Order: sequence, then C-alpha cells, then structure tokens
Amino acid sequence: MTERVAIVGVAQTRFAPKRSDVNYGEMAYEAISQVLKDTGLALPEDIDSAISCSHDIWDGQTISDIGITDVIGGHLRAEEKMAMDGSTAVFYGAVGILSGEYSCTLIMAHTKMSQTNRHIVNNVAFDPIYTRMLGFDFTSAAALQARRYMYKYGITREDAARVVVKNLANAKRNPCASQSGDFTVADVLSSPAVAPPLHKLDIAPDADGAVALILASEERARKITDKPVWILGIGTCYDAHYLGDRDLADTFALEKAAGRAYAMAGIKNPRRSVDLAEVGDEFSYQELLWLEGLGLCDRGEAGRFTASGATAIGGKLPVNPSGGLLSGVPANVAGLNRVAEAALQLRGEAGDRQVRGANIAVAQGHTGFCGQHQCVVVLGN
Amino acid sequence: MENKTEYKPFEVDQHLTAHGNYWAGKAGSRFFTSLRDKKKLLGSPCKACNKVFWPPRSVCTFCFGELKDMVEIGPLGTVETFTLVTYSEPIQPRTAPFIYAVIRLDGADTGMAHFLDEVEIGKVHIGMRVQPVFAKDRKGNILDIQYFKPL
Ligand SMILES: [Zn+2]
Repeated sequence: MTERVAIVGVAQTRFAPKRSDVNYGEMAYEAISQVLKDTGLALPEDIDSAISCSHDIWDGQTISDIGITDVIGGHLRAEEKMAMDGSTAVFYGAVGILSGEYSCTLIMAHTKMSQTNRHIVNNVAFDPIYTRMLGFDFTSAAALQARRYMYKYGITREDAARVVVKNLANAKRNPCASQSGDFTVADVLSSPAVAPPLHKLDIAPDADGAVALILASEERARKITDKPVWILGIGTCYDAHYLGDRDLADTFALEKAAGRAYAMAGIKNPRRSVDLAEVGDEFSYQELLWLEGLGLCDRGEAGRFTASGATAIGGKLPVNPSGGLLSGVPANVAGLNRVAEAALQLRGEAGDRQVRGANIAVAQGHTGFCGQHQCVVVLGN
Repeated sequence: MENKTEYKPFEVDQHLTAHGNYWAGKAGSRFFTSLRDKKKLLGSPCKACNKVFWPPRSVCTFCFGELKDMVEIGPLGTVETFTLVTYSEPIQPRTAPFIYAVIRLDGADTGMAHFLDEVEIGKVHIGMRVQPVFAKDRKGNILDIQYFKPL
C-alpha cells in the first residue's frame, strides 16, 4: 500500500454469557467511550466516519445500526453498517481511508448472543430453497466440516481438543474472557456430544460484548499515538455457499485471502515472518484448519504443530494467546476481537497474555457457516 | 466501565413470525416439479467446464456461462461427510437424534446436504453408498426426499 492506515486505539468490553445490566447500545458505548478516552479523540470533531458491525436478528431490528447511531456518533454524519464478521469492517474502514475520503474511522462491533437462540438465527443464513428447511445451523454444518477435515487429513479429536485446552488456559490471562480454566484433553473428549465429532467444549459459547477500534491515515496516526499498529496487508475472499459445493476440508477462500494480504505486506514466507496469529476458532478444529489455510503450517500438519507446543504463548508461533473465540466472544465481534488482540500484542499492551518480541501479527475472521467468507489482516508495528 | 446495577434489568419479550414464498428460479422450478411429479432428481450441466451442479442453477459457478439444460442425476449417491445431531430446535423438521450427511449423487460434481436414516450412526462411514426415500405425499420442496438410506 502506498498510503498507510494504522490502528490507533482499541477497547473491549468484558465478554460474558449474558450482560443483563446494559442494552446493546449501552454495551457498545462502554467500548466506544473507552477507546475515545485512550486516544484522546472526541466525537464528533475528531472522527470523520464510523462503521458498525452487528447482526439484525440478534439485535432484534433490521438496519440494526439505528440502535447505536447515537453512541457511535452517527447522527447526521457518515456511518455505515457491516453485516459480516468484524474483521471485514476493518477491511472497509481501511479502504475508506485509502480512498482519501476519510482520515479517522471508528469501528465498533457488538452482539448480545444472549438475546435469542443462535441456531434459529443462523438457520436463516442457509438458502431458503434447498437447505434451510432441513434445519441446519452453524454447529451442525461445522460438524460436517470437522468430520470431513479429520477424514481427509487424519486429524483426530485429540488434536482439536488440544486447541481447547490451550485456548481456555490462555484465557485465564485475559480479563475480558467469558470462560477460561484448566482443562485436559480428556475433559474435552468427555464433554457432552453435541454433533459428533463436536462436543460441548469444542464449540465457542454464546457471549455478549463489544469491541471498538479506531483507524487513521498515517498523517493523523502520527499525531494521535506514538504506538501506531500498521495494516501491512489485507485480503478477503468468498467461497461457494452450498454445503455440497466445496470439499469442506478445503481452504481455498482462506488461501486466496491470505495470499492477497501477504502479497500486500510484502511477505514471501509467512512461516518465517509471522510472529503470532489470532484466528477464528469458532470450533476447536477450525484453529487447525485455518492455520493450514493461512499457510502457517502444511496441510494436515496443524494437529502435530499444536501438539508440539508451537502455538502456545511461549511457542514458535503463538496462536490465540487471548483464548480465542473458544473463550467466549460474540458472533460479528469475533474478527474485530482478533484484530484488536493482535494490535494489543504489537503495542505491548496485552498484559499477562503478552507474547514477547512480536512485530508481525496475522488476524483472521470469517463470516457464514464453515468459513465461507474469509478476511485476513496482517499487522505490524 | 461497567456499572453495578441497583435496578432490576428488564427484558422486553418479543416473537416474530413471517411466512415466506421464495421463488425457486428457472432451474429450481424444474427441479422441484420433477422431484414432486416424477421422483427424478435434476442437476445443471456446464459443458464448457464439464461439471454437473446440484443444486441446479442458471449460471455456472466457474465460467459464469448461462446454464439452460438439465440432466438427471442420482438417485444413488455416496456419503462425503456426516454428523449425528443430538439437540432439538424448532427449525428442525425431525426430532433429535438424527443424522445429517453431504451426499454426492452419481453424475453430479457437488453434494446434497440431507438426512440419513435407517442406519445406526456407528455404521455410517464416508464413502457409504446410499439411496433416497421419497415422501409419499410430495409437496414440491426438499423434504419430498424424506431421507437417504444405505443400499
Ligand atoms: Zn462453466
């Protein structure tokens, strides 16, 4: 990129199974007011556009940014709603700044998953003609992907369980995490079967929460902070919709999105260049599948890679030092939380979960069942 | 950032219901009519790409060419992946536990997600050959195939 875009501030609410003390606008305001305070920026004068990211049905209102227009500074100003994963909101925000139209963009994702039933909400993502009537949801679809991936690449339930054990232990160091703890592989394997091979602990739990992040042009960023985190590369890619249209063990969309992001960042060998990754582990096996799709290990190798300790906080390539989605991060917020956590790491502000000496981080988010749409963000300091 | 509440949080209870009639499209209309009236399954071939798609569609995924022909596919197929759903939701037309599978119908290059029944979950495997069981009273929707079962 000729012009550069930086993340100049990040704030997150605590994630919890149910935030009954606030509505979604009030919850969003916690993150927004914090990020404004941290950066010393004020609404409306310092922010020239805003992008919100949420889900109409979870919010209970179509064009659900209506419900947060006041808290995001959208009244009579430029404010857009992005109904996809929060990582893609970063993509749109960066594009807006690179276009020269905006110089400082507030991005906020929120969801209160506690407000309704995730399976019913996600059933609406399936096409109404051939699939929806069969009753699919993201968990049953993911179970089909997990089985196919395990079959094709020899991944075991134990391999996936090690991701859960690692991430829930990492989450103990993250004050925002909704769930954390010391679990064993046996605990994961013996947790109740939901849709085998997926058991209860293999599945990211419902959570409520919000993340706010501010992007700025290079000129503005230099004035706002002495610790800008640069978006070095960013890429997105869609795969086919229908469950049977692709081999669910394949990661073509992620490979293409990552390829674009690495090329933009000038990264030829991501295994050598990338210091840490925050990936969308909505289900345990997905951390393994996405690591392979990101080219951070060979196809079918992510299980062994994880078992070797390489993805632990002190390992060669720490993955989800925050605890990831398995520690409880709401839908839509998921990818923005990946980007925010990666940025905190590069700023050296990740507290007890800080990875030492991290200069390049990859954040990955996905929208739709089985990772249909992929977004990869490469960050550097 | 968070306030300790000194009031009782109040939730507004809501329920939305909407009835939809979704247009199945040029290819989809032929598929559902054929399924309902003849118990024959149709796919969309792209000669340029040498692919046959299910669900049927009017534009090729790969070359963006318009697809006007339809060919019969299946009815036999092969299991590509499967799961046992243990939880019940009002969106599901069957009561858990039940088996979902992606089934590649013979003659098609893409799979059909559907139910599998008349088999123990422990006996299901990837590569298993299956056949459809058609509903007696067919209404022109995907549940005109009740489920697939092993050969
Ligand atoms: Zn074609």
